Amino acid sequence: MKVTSSYQDGRLTLFLQGELDHHQAAAALKKIARTVDDYLPQDCVVDMGGLTFMDSSGIALILKISRLMDQSGGRAWVVNAKNQPLKVIDASGIDRMIKVEV
Amino acid sequence: MKQLNYIKLEFPARSVNEGFARAAAAAFAAQMDPTMEELGDIRTAVSEAVTNAIVHAYPDAVGLVQMRMRILAGDVLEIMVRDKGRGIPDVAKAMEPMYSTGGEERSGMGFTIMGSFMDGLRVRSAVDRGTTVTMRKRIRTKEPA
Ligand SMILES: Nc1ncnc2c1ncn2[C@@H]1O[C@H](COP(=O)(O)OP(=O)(O)O)[C@@H](O)[C@H]1O
Ligand SMILES: [Mg+2]
Repeated sequence: MKVTSSYQDGRLTLFLQGELDHHQAAAALKKIARTVDDYLPQDCVVDMGGLTFMDSSGIALILKISRLMDQSGGRAWVVNAKNQPLKVIDASGIDRMIKVEV
Repeated sequence: MKQLNYIKLEFPARSVNEGFARAAAAAFAAQMDPTMEELGDIRTAVSEAVTNAIVHAYPDAVGLVQMRMRILAGDVLEIMVRDKGRGIPDVAKAMEPMYSTGGEERSGMGFTIMGSFMDGLRVRSAVDRGTTVTMRKRIRTKEPA
């Protein structure tokens, strides 16, 4: 998988692309944590539009991003998830803990 | 139950094999003519079961993971993932949503997702002997176009 980002006016957007599984999650988290640290954004938007697959490792990653943002007084939410990744998000019930915009 | 076709795979419990296991499962299931959604469900459930064997079963070594898939009469796909690792002391508890012994890189949602994406899920485990996860899904043959 690939993680790219853009930053504007206090808002960091993370674009996740490809397949997010346990094998990929550790490297993705490392990169995301570094990016959040660099910008210290107010908002962090996790854009899942480019994800073709995600399992529960992705759920753990979303929760971790949400905790990172809580610690710095900001907030995180998920946008653009569709198909299989959205179905995993729905089954996990994390939309009770973090905003999921579709 | 009559078995119409099957495959058996064995690989070391290395995370790089998670993607391989998903792809192999999808390639085998393709002969049942599943919908995109059904294929996604199968890939997801396999990813969860295989990842568990890789992450949880062998804390101190790289053990083996076996995967068997078979097609049963009535358009039923059965997937079995087995390890000979440390086992699960309390299976009912392990299957509860959000329960995890894996630290913050895990969500504890693996069994919940397997259960909701497949039609049947059975987990048999014995401490220090290993775990076998068996899942079934009925593939609803596509409407003719
Ligand atoms: N193959 C296995 N061998 C040993 N323990 C396992 C195995 N599969 C699952 N478990 C146990 O069951 C728990 C729940 O699994 P799961 O629902 O997939 O959540 P997660 O993998 O995120 O921890 C794991 O944290 C682990 O303690
Ligand atoms: Mg798991």
